[in-house]
Amino acid sequence: MEAPLLHLALVGTPNSGKTSLFNALTGSRQKVANYPGVTVERKEGFFVTPLGRQVSVVDLPGTYSLRGRSPDEEITRDIVLGKASGETRPDLVLCVADSTNLRLTIRLLLELKRTGRPIVLVLNMFDIATRRGITVDVTQMADALGVPVVTSIAVRKGGTADLLKLTDEISAGVAPQPQENNWRPLSVAELRATQREADRIIASTVSLPSRPDTWTARIDAVVLHPVGGLIVLALILFVMFQAVFAWAQPLMELLSSSFDALGQFVHDTLPAGLLQSFLQNGVISGVGSVIVFLPQIIIIFLFILLLEDFGYMARAAFLMDRIMGGAGLHGRAFIPLLSSFACAIPGIMATRVIDNRRDRLTTILIAPLMTCSARIPVYTLIISAFIPPKQVWGFINLQGLVMFGLYAAGIISALLVSFLIKFFMLRDYAPAPFMLELPDYKMPRPKSIAIGIFTRAKMFLQRAGTTIFSMMVLIWFLASFPQPPAGAADPAINYSLAAILGKAIAPLLAPVGFNWQIAVALIPGMAAREVAVAALGTVYAIEGGKEAAEQIGQVLATKWSLATALSLLAWYIFAPQCASTLAVIRRETGSWKWMATTFAYMLALAYAASLVVYNVAVALGAG
Amino acid sequence: MTDDKTTLPQTSADTPSGSPLGLAERGYSGVIQHLSAGGAGSALSDVELESRLIELGFVEGAKVEILHEGIVGRDPIAVRVDNVTIAVRRREAMAIIVA
Repeated sequence: MEAPLLHLALVGTPNSGKTSLFNALTGSRQKVANYPGVTVERKEGFFVTPLGRQVSVVDLPGTYSLRGRSPDEEITRDIVLGKASGETRPDLVLCVADSTNLRLTIRLLLELKRTGRPIVLVLNMFDIATRRGITVDVTQMADALGVPVVTSIAVRKGGTADLLKLTDEISAGVAPQPQENNWRPLSVAELRATQREADRIIASTVSLPSRPDTWTARIDAVVLHPVGGLIVLALILFVMFQAVFAWAQPLMELLSSSFDALGQFVHDTLPAGLLQSFLQNGVISGVGSVIVFLPQIIIIFLFILLLEDFGYMARAAFLMDRIMGGAGLHGRAFIPLLSSFACAIPGIMATRVIDNRRDRLTTILIAPLMTCSARIPVYTLIISAFIPPKQVWGFINLQGLVMFGLYAAGIISALLVSFLIKFFMLRDYAPAPFMLELPDYKMPRPKSIAIGIFTRAKMFLQRAGTTIFSMMVLIWFLASFPQPPAGAADPAINYSLAAILGKAIAPLLAPVGFNWQIAVALIPGMAAREVAVAALGTVYAIEGGKEAAEQIGQVLATKWSLATALSLLAWYIFAPQCASTLAVIRRETGSWKWMATTFAYMLALAYAASLVVYNVAVALGAG
Repeated sequence: MTDDKTTLPQTSADTPSGSPLGLAERGYSGVIQHLSAGGAGSALSDVELESRLIELGFVEGAKVEILHEGIVGRDPIAVRVDNVTIAVRRREAMAIIVA
């Protein structure tokens, strides 16, 4: 009979190398999800020990204690104590320590011991410690702590052999049996006492280096310099942006044209009709519009994971903390918000670097206000059709100025919304003060990075893909049914549910200056913002889709007033016109409530902004 | 911004000597005398602030050195505590009394 699955849990302080140990143990056999109802990532992986025992291991959120001061840390505490519903109590807790920095982990371990769970201390990154001249008397430390101690080098092949061997011994029943749980939240005096105890054990078992890590000090002298550090940060961001826009572009175009070609192939192969339209416009363009984001997501995560592994992320947060703090944002929100200029989807996914739930939620809610690249086609269409390319003050192009204004409006409104959220909505949540370990720099390991990117890409395709895909099919359905009567003169979409809906909501949009054609185009535009351009073309019966943008512009210039055009620009700054983003918000927050909140507040802002812009423009004679 | 108000913690009879780390300049190095969360003006409760500081290694007798500071209001600060570097805002560092 096969032995039951052995459950391990990895516990450790942030930066202890927990995740690289997790990657080393499980390789790509990982499942990443959220714990039910909370914005906390649940990472579980599987491996088989040398003696053939099946093992499941969870990578618990990093923590300095079991007090549970945030939802992430509560998860760690509840799982270790076996109080988390739907989670198996771990058979063995692996307390992971960065061997170069034992103080905080040994204190955590002393606290963990009180839970009575079988515990092993894993001295990770032992190679780095050895290289720095740190020596640890492992046997004596195990005696002093009263738990088994193993060393590991997660990033080296075979570096976890001792740990695997010990796991086998424990699963064979040689090792510690569970004791009674004596844990309760520690008082300040007990915390002090455990830290003293930890320092005493370290003093008797570890000889600290004669040489401190001079590399970290040298890099920090530049990277954390008040002025120089910001310049370095700007340079890194510049390269990152270049990569996201420039490197991803050819791949995105390739993907996009492959899907177009596939759609065309289906179009040519199948007889005209519902099936042809469903496959080409529903399935293929629906799936295509999701997959086309994959290169950007991979590149953004490549940068984020590299910077995180290197140890730079905490420094970026340090540099930006006070600058972002004025708007109620955490320093760590900086990179996700920046990524959102490319696309809100990877931006929202990148909020996982923010460990405080409140800060993360605020960042997720405002990320879609950053002007993403999908708005650019809409902006360029309207600007080139309605804004004359004249020079103002002799050297500024008016069209460029309007474009800049649209970006600025997005950023300013994001900061205002964040401020309001901080003030009104999440007041009951204890704010996270900025207290952060700045870990020593470490060379990022390609394997760990590759696993990280692979997991993210898979997650994006699997889960966002299914939700986005079903919304695409819904939108196709709305734009295709009912079918136009035989011999109909107008474009097919004008007979569809989308047109019926569009005409029904047109009176609501009349105060902001939108005609029914715009209302109809906004519905397929829900799939992705740039689709609205093609949809306007369809509604105004112009063949040729996106390529005909210039031609669409000429038509629009004759049909719309300037006030309507400006109103539509204002609408697009705010409107929640992207089913994919909403689907990702739903997934990352684990709640329909926050998706609905985002949709509602952005819609309200869009309507208000358009209303003001339209009426001011009409009053100024642009109607 | 209110963060710039750095009021001295109340020094009562049981706090013999020392000054808050939150007022120290870059390059300062010293030894932690005691923690006094009461006057720090942090958004956290006194017990919570003290607990967090201890969990990050700020205990009596630890050697501290201010390595770096931010550009706005010279805040936050990067503090070397024994062999770990911790970033904190000056407001929270007011609770750490050093000499």
